[in-house]
Amino acid sequence: MTLADETAPTREATEPAEPPRVPAWRRGARPYLLSIPALAVVVGILYPFLSGAYYSLLDYSAGNTHVKLVWFRNFADVLSDGGLWRSVGVTVEYALIATAVETVLGVGVALLLNRSTLIGRIFEKVLILPLMIAPVIAATMWKLMFDANFGILNHVLGLGHTFNWLSKDHALYSAILVDVWVYTPFVAVLVLAGIRSLPAEPFEASDVDGASWWYMFRRLMLPMIYPYILVAVIFRLMDCLKIFDIIYALTAGGPGTVTTTLQINAFEDSITHFNYSRGSTYMFLLWVLVFIAARFLVGVLTKAQKRAAGTEG
Amino acid sequence: MARRELMPGQKRVSAGGVVADTVTVLWFIFALFPIVWMFLLSLKNNVQQTSTYFGFTPTWTNYLTVLGSKGEQLTSVDFKSAVLTSVLACAGATAVSLVVGIPAAYAAGRWKFRGAESLMFNMLSFRFAPELMVIVPLFVIYHYLHLFDTTVGLIWVLQLVTMPLVVWILRSYFQDLAPELEQAALLDGYTRIRAFFSVALPLVRPGIAAAALLAFIFAWNNYIFPLILTDSNATTVTVAVTKFLGGGGQAYYNLTAAAALLGVLPPLVLALCIQRYLVRGLSFGAVKS
Repeated sequence: MTLADETAPTREATEPAEPPRVPAWRRGARPYLLSIPALAVVVGILYPFLSGAYYSLLDYSAGNTHVKLVWFRNFADVLSDGGLWRSVGVTVEYALIATAVETVLGVGVALLLNRSTLIGRIFEKVLILPLMIAPVIAATMWKLMFDANFGILNHVLGLGHTFNWLSKDHALYSAILVDVWVYTPFVAVLVLAGIRSLPAEPFEASDVDGASWWYMFRRLMLPMIYPYILVAVIFRLMDCLKIFDIIYALTAGGPGTVTTTLQINAFEDSITHFNYSRGSTYMFLLWVLVFIAARFLVGVLTKAQKRAAGTEG
Repeated sequence: MARRELMPGQKRVSAGGVVADTVTVLWFIFALFPIVWMFLLSLKNNVQQTSTYFGFTPTWTNYLTVLGSKGEQLTSVDFKSAVLTSVLACAGATAVSLVVGIPAAYAAGRWKFRGAESLMFNMLSFRFAPELMVIVPLFVIYHYLHLFDTTVGLIWVLQLVTMPLVVWILRSYFQDLAPELEQAALLDGYTRIRAFFSVALPLVRPGIAAAALLAFIFAWNNYIFPLILTDSNATTVTVAVTKFLGGGGQAYYNLTAAAALLGVLPPLVLALCIQRYLVRGLSFGAVKS
């Protein structure tokens, strides 16, 4: 329970008693002093972040020698342009589908591995492996497998040379498939850790009562691991909203614009076309989207954690 | 840790058990097939690389090509030096984030001070901030400071990825540490600093190991920062791997597969060595039990 934790005991109580030779003001300042190095780093990122926000108010692009403040003209341009809404649509579709599939599969895999059968125990060790593979490398690997002519997938699935995984109709879903391959283990690991932390007694009691597996899962386990699932959803949704590497390596946003997410779009504006201000405008809007989603989900999580703490106690 | 079985009903229903085993195996075919296929592909020669059959004469030359000067000619990327850069940059970023992050994690785990929660939320929000928003200004700053395409520049930017991770994981470990232990040391006449170094720090060593390794792996897996902030001198493994697929001319499937496996190997080996701590670290960073 680390996100906005309000139920934890206050930390003052845990501070060790000290001999009076240390003055009180120094004791009070101690946590701040310890945080100074980290805060310095935070400032180090804050500066480029604020610069990026400022760029969105300029007409900063390669070849423009007289960069000037244009206030919100970039925002007006971008918001009235169909490109933004198209990439918002692609981004949201990608994020929602990938997160939903990964959550359901992740919980399923965690349940499968929670059994103390031999197969469950062996595969638990293997579970974490895809997580160690860089998403961009994973996407590169899948790109080879997706190839309509030489790829293994069409061969194994008996699709011949006809099915094109990276075509207009399928590219977004193929990218989601790669995301699911890379990140479902992440959800499974989190949920499995949650399941392991549950008390055994309620399950033993309802087993004695002859409750079915499904009943125990739905009425006992699911409510108790709900906060863990929610944390996984938060991490996945936030990361999916700013997806870049998987799509860039797999389709580079194409064909056409069917896989052009917000960050891919900003990459094209800033890096490919050197229009830094337009790219920054895109990124600022994405940041707002991510921030709103994060605030909302953290609020839901705090509530869920309080409820879970209440039922456990 | 002793394993207990939750929901024992699963064990009784043998038909359900068979179904569950089957689904588990199917999942792991899905999870492992790409890796196995890449390995097979990396052993094929240039003629066989486009065939989808499993029967072929394996050859190790692709790995030699990727690591040798021939790979460099094909992709204009020196893969060997990319591996070296990655190792240096990720180790450097991990070291910096440990030095900076451990005091902050200790502060956040031990005391409830004004701003602690918002500091933590802000750290997490960096993880969620779109990278490109900071990259374009960084690109300008890096050119100005001559950090573009240098290992030092990479360390600085990768540290932005790893530091929040280290603080988040270690904070939970420090919170779990009974404050009485340090209290006892203080009563014995230890100074606060000595109590931290000789009591608290050794006890969270597994946490530090998990945080350091996860930080290393996250830095290793990063793609967008080295893609934009480096060129040929300080390019990393993730960028180098994608070069083998070729933008223009011919795509080298077998070489790509060999490079991909070489790029995956270091984090994979590290992960296997300390897997138990890794899972704990991963779940602790996000949720605290």
